[in-house]
Amino acid sequence: MSDPSSPEDEHRNPTPAEPARSGLSRRGFLKGAGLTAAGTALLEGVQGFTHEAAAQAPSGITELGPEAVPVRLHINGAEHTVEIEPRTTLAEALRLHLSMTGTKIVCDRGVCSGCTVWLDKMPVNSCMTLAVDAVGRHVTTIEGIASDGSMHPLQAAFVKHDAMQCGFCTPGMVMSCAALLERNPNPTEHDVRRAVSGNLCRCGTYPKIFAATLDAAGTTRNA
Amino acid sequence: MTKIRVEDALTEQAAAPAKKTVQMPVGVPGYTLADEAREVPVSEPPVWPINKDLKYVGQSVERYDGFAKVAGRARYTSDVQLPGMLYAKFVNASVPHARVLSIDTTAAEKYPGVRGVHVIQHVLGNAVLRNPALEPVKYPVVRYAGQPVAAVAATTPAAAEEAAALVKLKYDTIPFVVNEVKARDADAPKVFPGAADEEASAGGGGGPSDVKQTGNIHGPSIHKHGEIEQGFKDADVVVEGHFVTQVQTHSALETHGVVADWKPELLTVYASTQGTAGVREELSGFFKLPLTQVRVITEYMGGGFGAKFGAGNPGVVAAALSKKTGAPVRLMLDREEEHLSVGNRPSSDQTLRIGAKKDGTLTAIHLVAFGTAGCGTGAGCSGPASNLYKTASLHAEESDVFINAGPGSAMRAPGHPQGAFALEQTMDDLAVKLGMDPLDLRDKTDEHPVRRVERQVVRESELWKSRNPVANADRGPVKRGVGFAQSVWYRFVSMASNAEVRIHKDGSIEVLSGVQDIGSGIRTVMAQILAEQFGIPPAQIAVKVGDTNYTPGPESGGSVTTLSLTPAVRDAAWQASQKFLADIAPALGTPAHDLVLVDGEVRSRSGKFEPISFKRAAAKMSSSQISVQAKRVPDYDPKKYLTYGGVDVAEVEVDTELGRIHVRRVLSVHDCGRPMNPTQTISQINGGIIQGISFTLLENRLLDPVYGIMVNPDLEQYKIVGSREIPDIDVRLVEAYLGQSSTDASGIAEAAGVISIGAAIGNAVYNATGVRIRQTPMTPAVVLAALHAPAQGKEMA
Repeated sequence: MSDPSSPEDEHRNPTPAEPARSGLSRRGFLKGAGLTAAGTALLEGVQGFTHEAAAQAPSGITELGPEAVPVRLHINGAEHTVEIEPRTTLAEALRLHLSMTGTKIVCDRGVCSGCTVWLDKMPVNSCMTLAVDAVGRHVTTIEGIASDGSMHPLQAAFVKHDAMQCGFCTPGMVMSCAALLERNPNPTEHDVRRAVSGNLCRCGTYPKIFAATLDAAGTTRNA
Repeated sequence: MTKIRVEDALTEQAAAPAKKTVQMPVGVPGYTLADEAREVPVSEPPVWPINKDLKYVGQSVERYDGFAKVAGRARYTSDVQLPGMLYAKFVNASVPHARVLSIDTTAAEKYPGVRGVHVIQHVLGNAVLRNPALEPVKYPVVRYAGQPVAAVAATTPAAAEEAAALVKLKYDTIPFVVNEVKARDADAPKVFPGAADEEASAGGGGGPSDVKQTGNIHGPSIHKHGEIEQGFKDADVVVEGHFVTQVQTHSALETHGVVADWKPELLTVYASTQGTAGVREELSGFFKLPLTQVRVITEYMGGGFGAKFGAGNPGVVAAALSKKTGAPVRLMLDREEEHLSVGNRPSSDQTLRIGAKKDGTLTAIHLVAFGTAGCGTGAGCSGPASNLYKTASLHAEESDVFINAGPGSAMRAPGHPQGAFALEQTMDDLAVKLGMDPLDLRDKTDEHPVRRVERQVVRESELWKSRNPVANADRGPVKRGVGFAQSVWYRFVSMASNAEVRIHKDGSIEVLSGVQDIGSGIRTVMAQILAEQFGIPPAQIAVKVGDTNYTPGPESGGSVTTLSLTPAVRDAAWQASQKFLADIAPALGTPAHDLVLVDGEVRSRSGKFEPISFKRAAAKMSSSQISVQAKRVPDYDPKKYLTYGGVDVAEVEVDTELGRIHVRRVLSVHDCGRPMNPTQTISQINGGIIQGISFTLLENRLLDPVYGIMVNPDLEQYKIVGSREIPDIDVRLVEAYLGQSSTDASGIAEAAGVISIGAAIGNAVYNATGVRIRQTPMTPAVVLAALHAPAQGKEMA
């Protein structure tokens, strides 16, 4: 099993004690978790919500939903405002509300990493991340990983090594492997295996994913 | 699944065109390559040399749609969004066996956002009673927990899911059985009140319908030749074993589903399917629409492995909901439904006996097999026992056992991983008992010329040379072993394979076919063929597939796609190029036979003019477009080379204290005729090996005997191998020219290791420990139990 303290494995979801980077604390959200079943979210010190109807409770906690609220997301370098129910996951917001369908939903419960995106360069399962939790953070998706219209070196290496078959796991694989290279430009094969230990590929393309990532790392080194 | 259209083939034979005799390379370069004569239609293109003498075909050209896939731009069915699209959700049965008394949809229909509710009248996939009068019911009988009963369409996925939960079902429950051994008892609850069948199709979905049924036992069907009793009398040695394999689910990452858009003039269906043509046919039949009014599109699809043929319940229900609501409807299954209701690899319970002479000659193979495909059929697994070895006598009988579980379906090499798991471990036993090398034993009994070469590759490999022929030789707790096993698959040709090539006046070229690219890379191969023909890089060819508006392509199952379609593509490209040269010849002031297309240029053989680019030549076309459609020409010599092979070697470490098996290395030696794109072929073989390891060590559908439901319908408790369990896989492609078509391609998906790796692992575990494990998945509990079964250990050591 994976070493829970290793950075390659802990990235699957933000740690529960994560500090309030966006001014939106995990703990504050969890306090309202009982209500999220009804589609609402209780948020402390919320910024980035423009919803006038958001009820201001006496404690200073903002209650959102259950109806749709406007949410501002920073995705691939651009600002997007979407009207979503607070219970909407980031994966759903991307796919259903922003038509960014490169991010795939496979298991919808945080097991297969098919939906991997970055929050501030940290890979997370977007099916296990509420869209409101991404407010104030930089979301990077498969559509945004190569900014200038050309391929990211890792994407090029995936094509060169044929590191795909049906392609459905590929966006998640690319996001996990590219995040590894961000953290560690000189990974070993063992590092690559750990980086994608949560990414499921049913076609069985792993050997070429390992080779492509190591090759891309070489490219990065030589660059 | 794949329909081999015999009528088409016969029609073609009857209208046999004029023939010419050509010499074709046949055999394995470096081993057996020689020219053989073939009679072929005069319209066939010139014979290609072997791969090393071609420029694009046979080379590891980059995947045509690689960029689309790595950039997240490839649009899968589950990505399709249409204006006003609704989201549909099934209402599924929560009990394993029941008559449905009533379905109350009132609350669901009133739920905010709901636009339509559909109650299923004809459930697809399950076996069907021969005599439906035995079961007078208003709604389809529930035969498994998870069977779809109704569906709701709403404006959001959440509303559909919430409304689906409001549909009230009243059941009259019926006793059920989910244990396949108990289901064979005379007094077991019956899944069907009488004989029931699921129509068979080539490649493994469904089974025979002309067999008897006793209780839940559907069969046996028997294949035999020779005198089996005499065969065992003639044997010097008899080996036998009882083997059990589990049910595996396909678990494609993209679930089954469609987006259906019903308009009065046209039903358009985006489908995650292995066969656009079959989806169209099924919808056309179900809704009584002419084929012209149904269009099926599959741009990209996220894995099928045999389970995605036909429209199925999702296709039919989404179309019905779209018709009812007047809006496009997306119906994609969720992960749980994917495990329960859309297919699985049936289990097996095999008792196998093999008799042999001292020199290894086989005198008898006797197999009795049971297996369950749930409430469907198709658990037969006698293919390897019937087809791999020469034996004086064979008796193979196989029966389906009905249980209250979702229907099985074709899954990558249907029946063969199960059958080979038993056969190849028993052959390994035989080698031990005869004191023969496992490769030498196969040389004695296996007549396939290509597998003979493949065994030679194994013999010369470092991995095989490192094998200690003495079992259980390591003294420490972690023991190393190396095992060998063989596979067999068949050359199925789908004659419904057509392609069109268009040359435009601007010099651009496109190739079109209804075929779908399910990840095996047919787009790339089509581009390579046109590139070879026109001397233009493959990336400059426009490839258009996955749409029934194009000329029909084959369904992708049974390893038929590449071998069936590529000759039609090449023939269309060749004929289009000849038509093109004839068309521009007058403008160039020379006869057509003086013109030749080389490296993207049109040249004059007689040197009448300087070579001109294809683009400039195309500008001289007399019309805006030249178009040629070609269909599959039958195999040149359909009596020859009916099977292909492949052999695999596994190196394992068995931790005898923890019971854990670690597959360290795999050597995979495989043939697929002319490999059209080696890197893509290797990708498929890696996949076959990895899926096979997953089947052998981990995967298991678990049914609760008390409630009759699957307890692990997810991807965390249904275990599939991940990155850390992947061995080093060394794939050696053996080019094996057959002289069968203008491309001489074969298929690889089924033969790609998934058949033989399980037995290779079993044989490696025996080599490591001296103990044979005849059950999958080989979990630590299974391994420890086998290691601590003293009688077996002693007998085998």
